Amino acid sequence: MSKPIKATNDFVVKFANVNGSGSASANELFARAILRMGVPIATRNIFPSNIQGLPTWFEVRVSGQGWVGRRGGCDIVVAMNPQTWDKDIASIDPGGYLFYDSSKPMPESKFRSDVNVIGMPLTEICNRTYSDPRQRQLFKNIIYVGALTSILDMELPAVEKLISDQYGSKPALLESNIRAVRMGHEYAQEHLSGICNLRVAKADAVGDRIFLNGNDAAGLGCVYGGATVAAWYPITPSTSLAEAFMKYCRKYRVDPETKKNKFAIIQAEDEISAIGAVIGASWNGARAFTATSGPGISLMQEFLGLAYFAEIPAVIFNVQRGGPSTGMPTRTQQADILLCAYASHGDTKHVMLFPEDPRELFEMGASAFDLAERLQTPIFVMEDLDIGMNDWLCEPLTWDESRVYDRGKIMSAEDLDAGKTFGRYLDVDGDAIAYRTLPGTHATKGAYFTRGSSRDRFAKYSEDGSVYVDNMQRLLRKFETAKSLAPAPVVHKAREKARYGAIYFGSTSAAMAEARASLEGLGLHLDTLRIRAFPFADEVVEFINSYDQVFVIEQNRDAQMRMLLVNECAIDPARFISVLHYDGTPITARFITSAIAERLHMKAKEAAE
Amino acid sequence: MTYLAKPKFHHPALPKNEHGFTHRDYEGSISTLCAGCGHDSISAAIIQACFELNIEPHRLAKLSGIGCSSKTPDYFLGQSHGFNSVHGRMPSVLTGANLANKQLIYLGVSGDGDSASIGLGQFMHCVRRSVNMLYVTENNGVYGLTKGQFSATADRGSTSKAGGTNNDSALDLVGLALQIGATFVARSFSGDKKQLVPLLMAGLSHPGPAFIDVVSPCVAFNNHAGSTKSFEFVRAHNEAVNRLDFMDAREPITVDYEPGTSTEVALHDGSKLRLAKLHGDYDPHNRIAAMNYLQSRAAAGELVTGLIYLDDNPRDMHSMLNTVDVPLNGLGEKELCPGSATLDKINASLR
Repeated sequence: MSKPIKATNDFVVKFANVNGSGSASANELFARAILRMGVPIATRNIFPSNIQGLPTWFEVRVSGQGWVGRRGGCDIVVAMNPQTWDKDIASIDPGGYLFYDSSKPMPESKFRSDVNVIGMPLTEICNRTYSDPRQRQLFKNIIYVGALTSILDMELPAVEKLISDQYGSKPALLESNIRAVRMGHEYAQEHLSGICNLRVAKADAVGDRIFLNGNDAAGLGCVYGGATVAAWYPITPSTSLAEAFMKYCRKYRVDPETKKNKFAIIQAEDEISAIGAVIGASWNGARAFTATSGPGISLMQEFLGLAYFAEIPAVIFNVQRGGPSTGMPTRTQQADILLCAYASHGDTKHVMLFPEDPRELFEMGASAFDLAERLQTPIFVMEDLDIGMNDWLCEPLTWDESRVYDRGKIMSAEDLDAGKTFGRYLDVDGDAIAYRTLPGTHATKGAYFTRGSSRDRFAKYSEDGSVYVDNMQRLLRKFETAKSLAPAPVVHKAREKARYGAIYFGSTSAAMAEARASLEGLGLHLDTLRIRAFPFADEVVEFINSYDQVFVIEQNRDAQMRMLLVNECAIDPARFISVLHYDGTPITARFITSAIAERLHMKAKEAAE
Repeated sequence: MTYLAKPKFHHPALPKNEHGFTHRDYEGSISTLCAGCGHDSISAAIIQACFELNIEPHRLAKLSGIGCSSKTPDYFLGQSHGFNSVHGRMPSVLTGANLANKQLIYLGVSGDGDSASIGLGQFMHCVRRSVNMLYVTENNGVYGLTKGQFSATADRGSTSKAGGTNNDSALDLVGLALQIGATFVARSFSGDKKQLVPLLMAGLSHPGPAFIDVVSPCVAFNNHAGSTKSFEFVRAHNEAVNRLDFMDAREPITVDYEPGTSTEVALHDGSKLRLAKLHGDYDPHNRIAAMNYLQSRAAAGELVTGLIYLDDNPRDMHSMLNTVDVPLNGLGEKELCPGSATLDKINASLR
C-alpha cells in the first residue's frame, strides 16, 4: 500500500461524469469555490462529441504556486460514471483517492489496493430525499460538491456564496441548491472525515487575475478590435467564439439612441460562404472575421488563395481540434499549422498568430485586424480547443485608451484629388505594401478591378510572365515586412548557461512553464523560446543556432512546427528534437518534463560512454 | 473580339445625363469575348441602363464569379470598383461587400455554370438572405471557356455542338428565385435590348433581392440546331408576358398604350414602371401564380420572359439585421470600441 498522498493546494481532482447529467455546472461550482478561496486553479473539460450519455471528464488542477497548465496524473477521482470506472480507477496516482457512490456494493476486484477509497451512498441519499427523477440526478452532483467541500477542508461559505450569486434571483433554486450542498457537507463531516490528506487552504495567490475562456476572449477582442462583420458556420470548437461576439455586440455595439446595430453577423450556409463574405466585407473596407476549425479551413482554401493574391484583409480564427477529417472534434490539437501556413493552391504563405492563453488571444484577436489591414492579407489566429473552450486563470484584459485602429494604406478622395499616383499593386513605400481604394471613394479616380488572375501594378489584366513574377516577388517581400509587424517571440533564459533550447507555442505555454521549473529542479537547464507568429522573426533562427540542439514541443503527430522551421529557416533537421503530444487531451507539464529529461539523460549517458 | 480600343474622344453633342456623364463614361475595357456573343449585348444594356438611371459609376460595385459571363464586368462601368472573385462564390462576396456598405448599389453578374452548378448553393442562400442587389445571370446553357460542355440549365434533350444529347433535367433559376424569396424576378433575352434595358433599370432600382435571368446565346458553342439557347430557338419560343417601360420620377410619360392594356407600378424611389400586358391576365404580383405559369409554359416548350414577379414590399438583409444607417465600413474606434473602463468592469465580472 502506497502512502496516502498528502498535499495542500497542490493536487489534481478528476471528475468522471456522464454527459448531459448536469455535472458541468456542479463541477464548475467546485472549481470556482477554490478560486474564491484565493487558490489558483486550472480546469480542463474533456468532453465527447455528443449531447447526452457519453463519458465526460472535468479536471481541476489546484495549484498554490499558480501553475495554470495541466500537470498530468490525478490525486483524487470522483467516479460518477460506471462506463469508465476501470479506466478512471487506473488513472489515479498511487496513494491517491477514489470518491465514489457506494449505494450499490462493488466487488473488491473493482478497487485498487494502493488507492484510498471514500464511499458515499449518493444515490441512496438522493432517492431518500427527492422523488422527482430529474432532481435526484441533478442534486446528486451538488451533494457530492458539498461532500468534497468537507473532505478537502474547503470553506462552505465560499460555495454557498457562489450559489447565491448564481441563483440570487431565483429563490426556489437558491434554497434547494444550498440545501443539497449542505446535505453533502454534513454527511461528509459525520462519516468521511480524516480519510483524505488533500487540503485546500485559504491563500492570497489569485490576485486580480480573471477566469475566462478563449472563445469569449476572442469574441470580445473582435469587439474591441473594431470588427463589424462576422460570417461563420457552426463547427465545434469555434461556435462559441461567434456566439461570444454576438453576445458582446448586443451589449456594447447597439446605438443607445437609435437601438440599431453597429455590427452585422451572418450565419453562412458553409465555411466557403463565410470566408467569401469576410473577403467581400474587407474588400469594401469593413473589419471582418470568421471563426472556424480545421475542416472549415479546408473548405476555405480557394478563397484564401484569392485573398492572398488579390491582397484582401481577412481575419480567421482557427480553433484547432483533433484531425484529420472529423477526427476528434471535441479534443484539442495544434495540427493545422501547415494547412494554414501554406493554405491554397499555388505559391502562398500566410501570417499566423499563436496566442498562449485567453488574455493574449484577446489582444491578438484585436490586433489581428490592424495586421490584416496593414498587410492586406489573411491573418490566422491559431487558437485551439484547449484555450478556446476551457476557462483559464489569466491576467486581466487591458486596453490602451489612446489606441487607434491601423486601417493600413487606403487612398482617400483627397489623396486622389491631390494627384497621388494610384496603382493598386504598386509598391511606392518600399515595404511591398501597395495602396488600395475602397469602392465609392471618388467619382472619376481610383476605381480598379479586383481579380484572382494575374495583373500588372495598375491592376490591369496581364498574362505576361514577367509581370506575374514581379508581383509574386513583391508578395514575398511583403511577407518579409510581416516579420517586423507580427508579435516577437518570447525568450526565457535558464538560471545557468544552457546547451539545449526548447521552442513551444500556443496553449503549450502554461504546461511548459511548469515543466521548465521542474527540469530546473532536476538540474536540467533549458533556454526557451515561445513562437508568437509566423513568419518567424530573425530571433527565432538566432535562438536555434545558439544551442547544441533544440526541443520543439507541439501537439500534433507530424511535428508540423518543426517542419515549418526546417523549411522556412533552412535549418538542418538534426538540430531539432521533437516532443509530440497528440492524443487529443491538452499537453501536461509531466509529459514535457519526462520527455525532455529522458532525452537529456540519454545524451548525458551517451557523452559519458 | 477586337483588340482596337475605341478612341476616347466623342462627339461634343453626345447626350449627357444629370451627372454630366455620357454613355461613354459607363463603358469599360474592350471585351475579350467572341464576336457576336450575347454577353456583350447585355454589357451594352447595362451601360445604357446605368446611364439612363443617372447612377454615378463609383456608387455601384460590380461583382462576378468565374466564366465568360463573369469576365464581363471588366467591359462595362470602368469607373466602378469591380471584383472578379472565385467560381460560384460571387454571392457570398457580394453579401459581405453589401454588409460593409449598405449605401452602394450592388450588381452581381454570373452565368449558368457559375450560378446553377458550382454556385447553386451560394446563389440560393444569397437570395434567401434578401441581399439588396441586382443579380444577373447570363445564361447560355453551356460552358464556353472550357469549350462546350452542357451546363445545368441546358434543357433535357438539347444537343451539344459536338453532337451529344443532354439527359439531365434543367435547373430553372427563375423558378428557384421565386421559391426562395427574390422580390424582383425577371427573364429576358440578350437579343431583346428593348425589353432588357427597362428590366435592368427596374432591377437596379429595386431595394431588395432582384434577379434577372438573361438567356444569352453562345455563338461559339451553343447556337446550333438542337440547342434551346440559340438565337433562333429563343426568338421562336420567347413568350413575353409584358412589355415594360421604366420611368424616372421626373420624366413625363411618353409611351402610350391602348387603354386597359397597361398598368403602372410605383417604385420605392418615386419612379414608375409601366407594364404593357401582353398576356391578358398575367399578374406579376402573384408569386404562386407566376410559378404555375412558368411551369405550364415551360411544359409547352415556351420561354417566359418579362417582369415575372414584383413584390411591392421588398425585403433587405440590413433591415432584418437592424444595422445603423451609416455604412459599417465608416465606423472607427470611437463608435466601435467599448473602451478601457468597460473592460475593467468585464474583468471584475470574471473574478
